[in-house]
Amino acid sequence: MPSILSISGVSKTYATGFTALKQVNLDIQRGEIFALLGPNGAGKTTLISIVCGIVNRSSGTVTVDGHDIGRDYRAARSLIGLVPQELTIDAFETVWATVNYSRGLFGKPANPAFVEKVLRDLSLWDKKDAKAITLSGGMKRRLMIAKALSHEPRILFLDEPTAGVDVELRQDMWAMVRRLREDGVTIILTTHYIEEAEAMADRVGVINRGEIILVEGKAELMRKLGRKQMTLELRAPLDSVPDGLSHYALELAPDGNQLTYTYDNQSDRPGVASLIRDLEAAGVQFRDLDTKNSSLEEIFVNLLRQEP
Amino acid sequence: MNLRAAMNLRAAPNFRAVWAIYRVEMARAFRTVLQSIISPVISTSLYFVVFGSAIGSRITEIDGISYGAFIVPGLMMLSLLTQSISNASFAIYFPKFVGSIYELLSAPVSYLEIIIAYVGGAATKSILLGLIILATAALFVPLRIEHPFWMVAFLVLTAVTFSLFGFIIGIWAKTFEQLQLVPLLIVTPLTFLGGSFYSIHMLPGIWKTITLFNPVVYLISGFRWSFYGKADVSVGVSLGMTLVFLAVCIAIVAWIFRTGYRLRN
Repeated sequence: MPSILSISGVSKTYATGFTALKQVNLDIQRGEIFALLGPNGAGKTTLISIVCGIVNRSSGTVTVDGHDIGRDYRAARSLIGLVPQELTIDAFETVWATVNYSRGLFGKPANPAFVEKVLRDLSLWDKKDAKAITLSGGMKRRLMIAKALSHEPRILFLDEPTAGVDVELRQDMWAMVRRLREDGVTIILTTHYIEEAEAMADRVGVINRGEIILVEGKAELMRKLGRKQMTLELRAPLDSVPDGLSHYALELAPDGNQLTYTYDNQSDRPGVASLIRDLEAAGVQFRDLDTKNSSLEEIFVNLLRQEP
Repeated sequence: MNLRAAMNLRAAPNFRAVWAIYRVEMARAFRTVLQSIISPVISTSLYFVVFGSAIGSRITEIDGISYGAFIVPGLMMLSLLTQSISNASFAIYFPKFVGSIYELLSAPVSYLEIIIAYVGGAATKSILLGLIILATAALFVPLRIEHPFWMVAFLVLTAVTFSLFGFIIGIWAKTFEQLQLVPLLIVTPLTFLGGSFYSIHMLPGIWKTITLFNPVVYLISGFRWSFYGKADVSVGVSLGMTLVFLAVCIAIVAWIFRTGYRLRN
């Protein structure tokens, strides 16, 4: 699939001397949902800001659908919509005025029918004549999205889109993001909520201390780096793990009623089938078993721990 | 980004963006009509009461012009300078302050278009205000305008120049205090000491020389000449000084755009 956004060797050092990005290379595929994960201060927002033209890069190149963001910034920026992390709206403008302003700013002719559709999709139509200052936090967040969508972008950046919003609105946003993707819009989101990335993203990138340390398809990432755990509920408690099972590195619960086996696809440990055979041979009986995949969050935390 | 790219002279201009910004700026003026228009009109009327009546009763004429009529160009210039600066500086500072400037910076709009929109909006408001003050003054004193073309030219040129100056202040300022610093501590005193309410020929020798270092003297003198044909300094020098200040402001703005100073850093 061709890239719609290509970031090559991008670095950013602020006037204070702080280096926020170090030689970042990243390609975003057309039509995908890409989640950029990273701890606070990792460089996520700086990277987005450079692509959108808000912050000057120190070095490197960025192209958006083949348009260089420096030489051909009009074409590049007209393809991008940005929903920033902070709720930054002119509080004294009405919903209708501010969304139409955004559309005009991006050089699009007035299209009341389209703006109405955007506002209806985001449940803001009833508030079209309300001033932004009178809206709730959730509605302001929707308004930011409406402004970003007002010029019909092909790439949408969502910087921490669901930070501080309630569960219902979060679900609505996820649904909206999926609808946009169905319409061919490429979505790049940064989030602290790993389950958000897990639920929505096609690919995941992890950034830490200004460097991209991993880019991988979500399913591939889970398969490669994910771990599985099998927990056995024993019929009778054990005092200790039988000697014949020591090479499985089983964990025995303090009350002796549970055995936990942790394994992953990269491991050379024996498989589940042989464990069950060996349990039977050792006379250990179980009445139930449960398996669990590790979450993206656990993978993310492990990745950051491995960083020097 | 070099200046040519910053201005994006090769690509089609984004007139819709210019219009969108300009419309928002004008809408703000009408939304805050009390602060934007009525308040300066009241202030000007008070100047007429205080300076025109109180002092005018003691100074009947200057250069053959009644004192009340003499101060009209100075009063207009006083409002024009302060309002141009405050309109433009607030217009660009406010989005910086609340963070909504992200939208402007991420839009396909060139710096030149941003300038035209913001400076155009600020200058339009202060020119309208100047004309309202002129109309208000006409209620108090008999007015004549000997050189209407030059009156409009000085009005527009000064409004644009000082709106540009205000835009620079708005970008430079990091706090509301800094935003007010230059207008309150520099521009207003210079305007009061620039011959708004007197002819600099009335000053003693050394003060007359010192006053010539005040750039506002040239603006007020040229503007007053367009009304009554009388000037403290040559009208050509007045025009030249205004154009020099305009050129300085353009050079500073060009540097800001080239470096992204306090905008993209």
